[in-house]
Amino acid sequence: MGKTIVEKIIGEHSNKDVKAGDFVVANVDVTAVQDGTGPLTIQEIQKINLEQAANPERTILFIDHASPSPRKELSNAHRILRDFAKKTGAILSETGQGVCHQRLIEDYVNPGEILVGADSHTCTSGALGAFATGMGSTDVGIAIALGKVWLKVPETFKIVVNGNLAPGVGAKDLILHLVGLIRADGATYKSLEFCGETIKHMSMADRFTLSNMAVEAGAKAGLIESDHITKEYLISRGRGDKFREITADPDAIYERVITIDASQVKPTVSKPHAVDNTATVDQLKDIKIDQVFIGTCTNGRIEDLRIAAQILENQQVHSDVRLIVVPASKDIYLQAIKEGLIRIFVEAGASVLAPGCGPCVGVHAGILGDDEVCLATQNRNFQGRMGNPKGQIYLSSPATAAYSAITGHISDPREIMSSPSSQGVYPFESYLS
Amino acid sequence: MEIKKGKAWKFGDDISTDHIAPGRLFHLRTNLPEFAKHVLEDAREDFASGMSQGDFVVAGKNFGLGSSREHAPQIIKLAGVNGVMAKSFARIFFRNAINIGLLVIECDTDKINEGDELEVSLKEGVVKNKTTGEDIAITPLPDVMIKILNDGGLAKHIEKHGDFQLV
Repeated sequence: MGKTIVEKIIGEHSNKDVKAGDFVVANVDVTAVQDGTGPLTIQEIQKINLEQAANPERTILFIDHASPSPRKELSNAHRILRDFAKKTGAILSETGQGVCHQRLIEDYVNPGEILVGADSHTCTSGALGAFATGMGSTDVGIAIALGKVWLKVPETFKIVVNGNLAPGVGAKDLILHLVGLIRADGATYKSLEFCGETIKHMSMADRFTLSNMAVEAGAKAGLIESDHITKEYLISRGRGDKFREITADPDAIYERVITIDASQVKPTVSKPHAVDNTATVDQLKDIKIDQVFIGTCTNGRIEDLRIAAQILENQQVHSDVRLIVVPASKDIYLQAIKEGLIRIFVEAGASVLAPGCGPCVGVHAGILGDDEVCLATQNRNFQGRMGNPKGQIYLSSPATAAYSAITGHISDPREIMSSPSSQGVYPFESYLS
Repeated sequence: MEIKKGKAWKFGDDISTDHIAPGRLFHLRTNLPEFAKHVLEDAREDFASGMSQGDFVVAGKNFGLGSSREHAPQIIKLAGVNGVMAKSFARIFFRNAINIGLLVIECDTDKINEGDELEVSLKEGVVKNKTTGEDIAITPLPDVMIKILNDGGLAKHIEKHGDFQLV
């Protein structure tokens, strides 16, 4: 009987022939916590005298959620992570280095590996053909200390995407469309496997956007087969030797197969207060916005910033709108400086903040006022997400966000992207490359 | 495991970890007793101040979706809630709750109204609604999770056995 990607990876890590539904204890390659979950992780393993790292050089502690720290309680929480790193030899990713999920794909996770992270969007690394899943502080604490985790092998939904995304439509629109289709709990406990012609030709940046949001449909993981595009990415990050081809068997058993025609996907937005509360941009009229946020582990990569910069070049952000741009990592920030993108953002009127989670988690740097509306490229718009339960959060692609920052209301980027000759317009092949 | 009794506080579908343990109180993550005073306040303002020790949180589908923050089940437990009942749970929240020893029960919560007196018998696998007189079946937990619960949570399981003794 054929196997899905997740059955292969978990089987390899538990030295067993496993199928969906089995319970196993599996070896873990990479573990990660962040400043919101890490202090509790460390306290939990201290309580049982297990303050150790089984594999310190692949245990990474990220200071990204509240960084730079906005208050003393959080500064003290950061100290707990720094102390643990010193004691155990685990790696510390300091303030300014970037969002954990971006840093994990850049430098740590390889095809065929298992990553468990104390952050729900750990599934991002699944785009590398790794089994990457988010868990709580205690699970990850035990995984750090012992190098193992218990897992139920998930059933898999095969998400087959064929056809070309239209100009102005990106991977973010595709994944918002999918979450709207199967709903926020449609894939609870399941693994998603993204495949088809569209995925085969998709850049790693766009693949990461898809995998990142698997959890928004309730999924445990969002996997993509590794291929020559994965290999090129690893080479670009100095890890070409870590490439392995990870594929599903043609006769693998899937619980459900969902087919999407990418050419029919339109720019899509999630409305308050649920990710699955989706609408296409052309269905939304005159929704005025107070803040636009471009960044995060979903859409803060260089490819996303290029799209935003091409729309914002020689333009001004609407006078009623604040624009916040946060590169997802230090390397992205440096590249954006090199390419002149940061200058474009600042000249357009944006605030550019240090790499990290930025305003997405509602801790600092862009908290909404009462009844204010934010359009963000992040992955979540739950009530209170951006620090104020009275705030209204819409989610979109970087193209929709950047164009809307200029118009002052949620706007359809195809208005400027279907006519390649008009000024400041970018042809957007990079979405399809 | 002993029988647990308490009153029902009803919540809707899709109660997220941002409702339970909001990001605006991120700084209280290292002060859980204080954080517990705000539990679920963005979903129901009257809950944290109005609940009595032993009451139950009774919700619709997909309870606990969103962030992996284990502080969410931690502060529900610390507030003195006996357990959470829902039609379904989000994966990470469910696992976290078991790991820290918070009772989570999947059952048909349409059969429970606000204020109903409830009694949980895990041995019989039912929630007894004392107000309506109806017994509501509980979806059984996998063996692995029962072992963790019986040891008092995952950390205690590891402390007791020195390793995983689950499968």
